[in-house]
Amino acid sequence: MAKFMMLFRANPEVFQTMSPEQMQKVIQKWSDWRESLQKSGHLKQLGERLEGGGKVVRGKSKAITDGPYAESKDLVLGHMSVEAKDIAEASQIATGCPILDGDGSVEIRPVMIV
Amino acid sequence: MPQRMATRAVPEVVDHLFRREAGKMVSYFTRVFGMNRLSLAEDVVQEALCQALQTWSIRGLPDNPPAWLMRVARNRAIDLARRDKKFRDFTPELTHLMKLREESRQADPVFEKEIQDDQLRMMFSCCHPGLSTEVQVTLILKTLCGFSVGEIASAFLANEDSIEKRLGRARKLFRDSGKFVEFAGEAEFPERLEAVYQAIYLLFNEGYHASESEQTIREDLCYEALRLGLLLSEHPMAARPKTFALLALCCFNAARLAGRVEGHGELIQLEHQDRSKWDAGLIAKGFGYLEKSAAEQEMSEFHVEAAIASLHSGAESFEKTNWEEIVKLYDLLYLLKSTPIVGLNRAVAVGYAEGAERGLEELARIAEGDKLEGYPFYPAAMGEFYLLAGRRSEAEKSFARAEGLARNPAERRFLEGKRKECFLEYGK
Repeated sequence: MAKFMMLFRANPEVFQTMSPEQMQKVIQKWSDWRESLQKSGHLKQLGERLEGGGKVVRGKSKAITDGPYAESKDLVLGHMSVEAKDIAEASQIATGCPILDGDGSVEIRPVMIV
Repeated sequence: MPQRMATRAVPEVVDHLFRREAGKMVSYFTRVFGMNRLSLAEDVVQEALCQALQTWSIRGLPDNPPAWLMRVARNRAIDLARRDKKFRDFTPELTHLMKLREESRQADPVFEKEIQDDQLRMMFSCCHPGLSTEVQVTLILKTLCGFSVGEIASAFLANEDSIEKRLGRARKLFRDSGKFVEFAGEAEFPERLEAVYQAIYLLFNEGYHASESEQTIREDLCYEALRLGLLLSEHPMAARPKTFALLALCCFNAARLAGRVEGHGELIQLEHQDRSKWDAGLIAKGFGYLEKSAAEQEMSEFHVEAAIASLHSGAESFEKTNWEEIVKLYDLLYLLKSTPIVGLNRAVAVGYAEGAERGLEELARIAEGDKLEGYPFYPAAMGEFYLLAGRRSEAEKSFARAEGLARNPAERRFLEGKRKECFLEYGK
């Protein structure tokens, strides 16, 4: 089994216009998905949710700038660790992620083992 | 789905957690901010729900979701109060309130009670005499029940613009003259309570009669009406016989929701409904409330309507319905509420109690019957009794007229079916 990290990206603005009932349905989908991953033994570790905005420090000048902004289209909202046979299986798992319903994306990155 | 309604008739179901909590929090923050800043309260709550959505998706639900939501919303409100000049004027009041609540992270019965009162105050505030019942109900659904504009529109079979307009009217009124209604010592309390009754009654009937909208959203409206009625009944000032009569009426009718519609929203006549689909639990509740409503001498139109509904709910079959008693009750109801619709229902009851020809007679002499001109179920009732009396060509004509008046496809299909039934009878 190999370990993978999933990065969930979406435009947080899509959530702003949802009704409470719709939000509840999205949460339900996530709960179902997490539960199925737990049952199948794929879920390694619950990840964390990241806050909207942040800072970027870049280059030799060590310049500190704002960003990414909370309104960014492909903001990383959070992450999760899963175990899978290979990246194909990990990708297959990610197809069930509810973030895709809102036009978001899941980035799947193998965790390097040394 | 009768079982579902039964379990849902308890206020603390997790089923609609987000809606529930949205309504509670909007009520609470509207008290804090003032009715004139209703939109601000709604924004704060929407943001808290949004945070919850994103966090809980990945982390799972916290131990106490309502407390989590309230904490996040409160922090957001404090933030706003600190940062924005506009809020300076009520910052002391706000921060004081917020501090008071800072510790109550776990379910605190005192706070729970306070929130419950806030919801009641919100309900009374929404029923402002300067707004039509329609606007009041729209506002209640939006603020107190956590419905979105889109959801209200589909429940009312209206477009979103007209719902926005209604809400805009209410917001404008509250910006200028609105206040959060308090209970104690309010001279206007009885008048407001009456308005609240009418709003709940309308809300229930919207759910009960809108045959074309999605079944679930209709049930939701009925359920919300029930919930608001329950909320009302739990407050000493509002726990009156009329409140219990309204609750009884809602229970009896909600119990029969599942039997009224079939498959793709096809209407089924009372006569042909499968009574085993009716929710026995809700019917029992209805009888319980009916008993409570009789505690004092008070007699309202809800008492009579609930009594009529109880006779239908308690009848073993259509044939065994006590129509004579129902006619008496309609006579009484007509005294309290002299509308052509009550007259129509009364005439129909007479027809079943005393024969089709008597029904036709009564139908023909409904006072102000001309007001029913556009109502398809007036000619449909005529058609029904013509058919029972064997006057088939008249029956067919009546149903054809009713069909022409149908207000939605479900009604049209139903009345078309009735018209064709007359043809079938010919062929026999």
